[in-house]
Amino acid sequence: MLRIDRATYDAIVAHAREDHPDEACGVVAGPEGTERPERFVPMLNAARSPTFYEFDSADLLRLYRDMDDRDEWPVVVYHSHTATEAYPSRTDVGYASGPAADPRTHYVLVSTRHHEEQTGLAGDDVEFRSFRIVDGEVNEEEVEIVESYLFGHSPTTVVYD
Amino acid sequence: MAIEVRIPTILRTHTGGNKTVQGSGATLSALIDDLDAQHSGLKNRLVTEEGKLHRFVNVYVNDEDVRFTGALDTQVKDGDSVTILPAVAGG
Repeated sequence: MLRIDRATYDAIVAHAREDHPDEACGVVAGPEGTERPERFVPMLNAARSPTFYEFDSADLLRLYRDMDDRDEWPVVVYHSHTATEAYPSRTDVGYASGPAADPRTHYVLVSTRHHEEQTGLAGDDVEFRSFRIVDGEVNEEEVEIVESYLFGHSPTTVVYD
Repeated sequence: MAIEVRIPTILRTHTGGNKTVQGSGATLSALIDDLDAQHSGLKNRLVTEEGKLHRFVNVYVNDEDVRFTGALDTQVKDGDSVTILPAVAGG
């Protein structure tokens, strides 16, 4: 299961809407070894494409150095699909199964194919899904939105299947 | 002096959990052979059967992506810092 706070959820969706019709991408970093996505880091899609995304190689190096300095790892890697469902494509699965990709990563997919004025904010009908991808095998997981990560765990949680 | 190599989380299973390891060699290819001799299995994760750097892996010598400096033939020397990262991309 992916447990993510509402502000980060909204930030991912807002980024996806902003970059539509191109794919948006980024990570949510958290303390290394944990499952806590705490620091939202939107990245530039170097491909600037509606069908492909990639982190620029120099940006990737800077990102990982920065995470390393903070003892973080990428808990979430997210990107959007702008014309298809929020489900990993064959290319997504290929990269996520690469020999240096960590299978403990949560891959979040957002689809902006049906986005409207308000769609994309928590509570609206946005396609926001999370997957584990291990050796080419895709497994969807539950997404739980919590009110806040930083100020203790609020009892009000919304679970999206 | 040696060449310091930063290992991505998932490949630390080959390095006893170490984030950084040291190796030597005149080229990236030789360095990877040396690393593999110390940390068995590492080479297979980085280099394909055709002897090319795996396309889903990024390797940097200092700040340079080796794709632009000769890939496995990139020259390295003592004091260099090598970073191995998973490429992040998709469709």
